[in-house]
Amino acid sequence: MDLFIAIFTGTIIAATPLIFAALGELVVEKSGVLNLGIEGMMLVGAAVAVWMHFAGFSMPVAILTATLAGSVASLIFAVLALTFATNQYAAGLALAILGSGISAYIGRGFGGAPIDGLSSISIPVISEIPIIGPLFFQYDPLVYLSYLMFACICWFLYRTKAGLVVRTVGESPESSHAIGFSVIRIRYMTTMFGGAMAGLGGAYLSIAYTPLWVENMTAGKGWIALALVVFATWRPTRIILGAWLFGAMTIFQLHGQALGFALPTEVLSAIPYLATIVVLVIISRNREILKLHFPASLAKPFKPSG
Amino acid sequence: MRPLIERRTTPSIAITVAAPAAATVLTVVFSFLFFDALGHNPVSTLHAFFVMPLSSLNGISEWLLKASPLILIALGLAIGFRANIWNIGAEGQLILGAVAATSIGLFYPDKESVFLLPLMILAGMLGGMAWAAIPAFLKHKCNTNEILVTLMLTYVATLLLSYLVHGPWRDPFGFNYPQTALLPPAAMFDPLSGPYRVNNSVYITIFAVGVTWFFTKYSFLSYRISVGGAAPTAARYAGYRESTSIWLGLMAGGAMAGIAGMAEVAGPLGQLSPHISPGYGFTAIIVAFIGRLHAVGILLGGLFISLLYIGGDAVQISLGMSSSVTRIFQGALLFFLLAADFLIFYRIRFVKG
Repeated sequence: MDLFIAIFTGTIIAATPLIFAALGELVVEKSGVLNLGIEGMMLVGAAVAVWMHFAGFSMPVAILTATLAGSVASLIFAVLALTFATNQYAAGLALAILGSGISAYIGRGFGGAPIDGLSSISIPVISEIPIIGPLFFQYDPLVYLSYLMFACICWFLYRTKAGLVVRTVGESPESSHAIGFSVIRIRYMTTMFGGAMAGLGGAYLSIAYTPLWVENMTAGKGWIALALVVFATWRPTRIILGAWLFGAMTIFQLHGQALGFALPTEVLSAIPYLATIVVLVIISRNREILKLHFPASLAKPFKPSG
Repeated sequence: MRPLIERRTTPSIAITVAAPAAATVLTVVFSFLFFDALGHNPVSTLHAFFVMPLSSLNGISEWLLKASPLILIALGLAIGFRANIWNIGAEGQLILGAVAATSIGLFYPDKESVFLLPLMILAGMLGGMAWAAIPAFLKHKCNTNEILVTLMLTYVATLLLSYLVHGPWRDPFGFNYPQTALLPPAAMFDPLSGPYRVNNSVYITIFAVGVTWFFTKYSFLSYRISVGGAAPTAARYAGYRESTSIWLGLMAGGAMAGIAGMAEVAGPLGQLSPHISPGYGFTAIIVAFIGRLHAVGILLGGLFISLLYIGGDAVQISLGMSSSVTRIFQGALLFFLLAADFLIFYRIRFVKG
């Protein structure tokens, strides 16, 4: 039972940074923009959070600054892809590379220094319930925030006019422009929101999950988040399911040996990456489903004429 | 007067050359301000960064040694990028090339054979191609996004290398260090001259520059896959098959990255260890863009980025600056370069109103 609880809670925690980053990217992609730079923005968030922490700021301030830093980092991409209408793949790669460099620069000197991680909040009374308590009510606040963000994003995208506008821009920027929406401005806002979420996911890694700063500590989580959006076929609920799946893979890798799988550590470490490929293959085979949910203008540069 | 942005019908040759040059100048200006902000004297830092490394023969040797794999990999990637095939896993293909070449170097029975080195080149090439064949197959058959697959396979390749050097291939006489035995001398490239590290593998890179230039300029195949990249609908109408683009785009990158990995173990390294590349596979993406996906441009871009690498090492030693500065530079250069592309395809006109 204890092992089950450990695996369950471990999965939820490992899924949290992916949920933040992938939900953010979902909103970006819904507006027709493909930002490949999530890995860079997560790293910037992770480094800034640690930097603020060692500069003596409180946890909430460190997290908030990291979130803003992710948003600012996304501007590197936004200027290229939106203002200058360059190839979005290239602009995203530039952000991924630049973000890794900037984060390494910010984080130099803090490498490997341990942090008193974010403490979990124990909700009174219900967290005392046996089994149920430890399973659901003893996480740190950011875990709960990730599900709150999930609810907010579902509501925003499918229940508000602004969400409808975002989706319209993603389907047909030309028509949106013609009826008077500022496509570029809306895309700037979604891109910066995506950056903030990636920064938050990165901060979660460095001050709650690990908790310490190591260069390139995201180890592909930004890219896995991108894969999750495809896996989820651009639907928020499936992002949560996908993130749990990948969280479980990560935890399996940690507990694999305890569970009696006598495999080399490298094989266990490769599981999340191989799983990403397998999942992409399964989803991508069905072109009809992809076509149905795919934002029609995704990754196509848009330049309003006149 | 208000600015009006409009698309150029045909980009002029002058602006096509001027834009990357402007981006390079902007990067230098940016680095000037950056050093100043960090409290270093910008003039002497830039001198230490760009001039000092090239003021000795050894410096020039190191410069060419690092430029060679960058150029080689970027040439292969550029063929894919032209076809809109986004292979960003050259780092993994490089590792597999190095692993395949080392397997020949270590286990081929005749350690003094003259065929050893050519066989290793072939093995390196096939190793890289095999790793790139996975995303090509999956994209062709299952419509899977090659960006994500090539990248995920890079992580897997790193783990495979780590497994080999920690486990079955570890040198039994290596004091437990995670590395293989040294390759026999016949499995190594001869130095280009005297005591310097740069070796004969640069001829492979020079040869590849020529071949790629010829291929992109004169072959119909290259034309077809470029049309597929620029205008997929037109390509489909003309009957050009998408699968050709996918396979050729990924195989070219895999082959070149594999050879680059082989040249690293058969050159400066002499053995496998967990870290055989300082990110050549990723940096080559920047090189390909700086070179505007053109063979000669890539040659120049590779030389410039290599200078950033060794300049970064130099200021790290002489001024105690963090090595991450180099990566910020590379990113900044790519940023300015992409921004400058805007000037190639659009022009700003001021109109009344």
